[in-house]
Amino acid sequence: MEEVLNVIKDKTLTYQQKVIGLARIAENSINVLSIREDIEEYRQEGIICDLYEGNAPYRPRYIVPNYEKFMAKGSEFLGLKPPTDIWEAINNLLILYKHVPSITSFPVYIGNIDTLLEPFVTDEKEARKAISFFLTHIDRTLTDSFCHANIGPLETTAGKIILEVEKELQNAVPNITLKYSDETADAFAIQAIDTALVTAKPSFANHEIYTKDLGNYAVVSCYNGLPIGGGSHTLVRLNLAKLAEKTTEIETFLKVILPDAIEKMVTYMDERIRFLVEESEFFQTNFLVKEGLINLENFTSMFGIFGLAEGVNHLIQPQNQKEKFGHGDVANDLGMKIIKNIYEIVNQHKANYCNASGGKYLLHAQVGTDFDHGISPGCRIPIGDEPEIHEHLLQSAKFHQFFPAGIGDVFKFDKTTKNNPKYILDIIKGAFTIGMRYFSLYCTHSDVVRITGYLVKRSDMEKLESGEQVLHDTVVLGLGSVKNQKVLDRRLRKDE
Amino acid sequence: MNKGFINRILPFSSVDGPGNRTAIFLQGCNFNCLYCHNPETINICNHCGKCLEVCKMDALSIVEGKVKWAKDNCNHCHRCIKLCKYNSSPRVFEASVEEIMAVLKKNKVFISGITVSGGECTLQIPFLVELFKEVKKLDLTIFVDTNGSIPLWNEGEFVTLADQFMVDLKSIDAQEHKSLTGSDFNIIVDNIKYLSKLNKLHEVRTVIVPNLLNNRRNVEETSLLVASLNPLIKYKLIKYRGLGVREGLINDSSPTEEDMNKLEKIAKDNGCEDVQII
Repeated sequence: MEEVLNVIKDKTLTYQQKVIGLARIAENSINVLSIREDIEEYRQEGIICDLYEGNAPYRPRYIVPNYEKFMAKGSEFLGLKPPTDIWEAINNLLILYKHVPSITSFPVYIGNIDTLLEPFVTDEKEARKAISFFLTHIDRTLTDSFCHANIGPLETTAGKIILEVEKELQNAVPNITLKYSDETADAFAIQAIDTALVTAKPSFANHEIYTKDLGNYAVVSCYNGLPIGGGSHTLVRLNLAKLAEKTTEIETFLKVILPDAIEKMVTYMDERIRFLVEESEFFQTNFLVKEGLINLENFTSMFGIFGLAEGVNHLIQPQNQKEKFGHGDVANDLGMKIIKNIYEIVNQHKANYCNASGGKYLLHAQVGTDFDHGISPGCRIPIGDEPEIHEHLLQSAKFHQFFPAGIGDVFKFDKTTKNNPKYILDIIKGAFTIGMRYFSLYCTHSDVVRITGYLVKRSDMEKLESGEQVLHDTVVLGLGSVKNQKVLDRRLRKDE
Repeated sequence: MNKGFINRILPFSSVDGPGNRTAIFLQGCNFNCLYCHNPETINICNHCGKCLEVCKMDALSIVEGKVKWAKDNCNHCHRCIKLCKYNSSPRVFEASVEEIMAVLKKNKVFISGITVSGGECTLQIPFLVELFKEVKKLDLTIFVDTNGSIPLWNEGEFVTLADQFMVDLKSIDAQEHKSLTGSDFNIIVDNIKYLSKLNKLHEVRTVIVPNLLNNRRNVEETSLLVASLNPLIKYKLIKYRGLGVREGLINDSSPTEEDMNKLEKIAKDNGCEDVQII
């Protein structure tokens, strides 16, 4: 068990990170899933990848508790009564957060925190203090930046205080999404942009599209849209860049290789879900289920894809920049054809225990991870190939309709835009009008930066690189992505 | 068909008025400011063809005696512009209203409106009137960025179609203005007053150059003028920056933050409520 000793002796891991690392090794020491040989080959090749989910799924990957219900009823298991003031409210929430499982052992969703706290905002000064404690506590104890809060779509006093406090604290955790709709006040949206230009959050979610696709939804983890009171059993991803390397013929890829890979992946997902739901006892025993904070009926699962750009570029072999994915019509059309094919084939598969999405897997444009060398997230245009922003938006928005469980683009803006945040709001409004689902932004001068979907501090990555321990486990992923995916080199959006 | 001489169309701009705007820079200017940071916008190309010698991308050619620019070949190295002794650019193009509208229609959902700038855009008012009529149909706002040298009270249709104006007042002293720009400033002040009466004056701007200009007096008097018209009109104090400025005309550095803050205080003390340092 050399691996165990390595974790124990690793100088860069905190105590908590070691415990979680050791638990992962223990889980992976058993093989309880029945995996076909040809599927296992694709897993070994990295074409099918479950992103550290482990060999024996004993909790859903993404749990999206109904925090509104928790606030109204309290919890019998946790011995908590419904809160009566803001201090009880944040205390109850902070307690529950420690009991929401996930792959990282930290909750991926911590609620629509402005509307949860708004009923308890009676004195603004006191609320500001409470919210400041609340957000600091989250950053220091839920030490994983896939932990995600939602705010909006309506302006609230609590929402304004959250933005104001986050702008000051400049923490990496939690990730925050503003659910944005026509009903969101411009002043609130501009305050959100103003905060995002300092600390890379919140991102903007197209509330109308998410609601149409998912009903009562939350944005969790990176930018995953999932039903509240449920979640996603699993997220497995298909590496289109590597899969495309199996042929040079476009027709062979579309008609033979792609459908075969999809069949392999859904079969693998089916098996993971079977074990989780039928054998692991999670849904039979966990208090979140028993108290109705989550319900199996509200669960789905996510079929992820990534590396579309590299897959397309491999198949068409562009001779110059103008022919590449994100620029040339041939490349862009092929990209669309591949995604439409995936959408149709995945929708034909009957997925068990996915009633929240009508017994089907939902497509998710996966953002990649630290070990993806030179492979782009989801359908994104590779860093370094990005066209001017107006072209970029028009090209990428076309894909968003196919990905109810999450897709988004990240834009890095120049600091001069701080003088005119409405500039960015106009861009976001336009992007949502043409069907974009999710829009993230940050400023070139911020310490907190958006890596792919999650946030990490540059200063923490520097610490880790010099061999120091850092509080948040996601810094490791961030540093890997900086090295392998050039995430700090995104095109700077000034005036173009 | 009325066509405009266009230096550049910037589909998304964050610095040419409120929100995101498509900025259309027209070619040709009747001023010749010592600190002009885009002197290549001053004259219409005389097609001398010297720029062809420095283009390494095969982006320039002479067709029927005129310099033609092949946009797709250009790598934007700016060698042609740096070489031009005539304060022009071979990349200027003539565009019809329809051609510009095609760009605007594509980007309409992302922008609050357009801003016409330059060069000096008011030198092409007949073209702009035709353009503005079409832009209005898209429900976009129209801002005009001008040096204020053309008597706008004589341009009723143009002023009516435009929503707001942004005007440079480079100096408040006749002699200083003349030596800086080569032109008089009386019409500019009258335009500022005229536009303010119409509630169409969005902002007034002054560039601060430490040793060349009497900045204190300029800010003192301009801010008094702006505040007397409407304290809510934006007054922008712009730091001189050497980038793009022609060599040999001006030998000066950027003002310090402290200098700018002092000038900002003067403007605020004089009653301007929206002062911005750029």
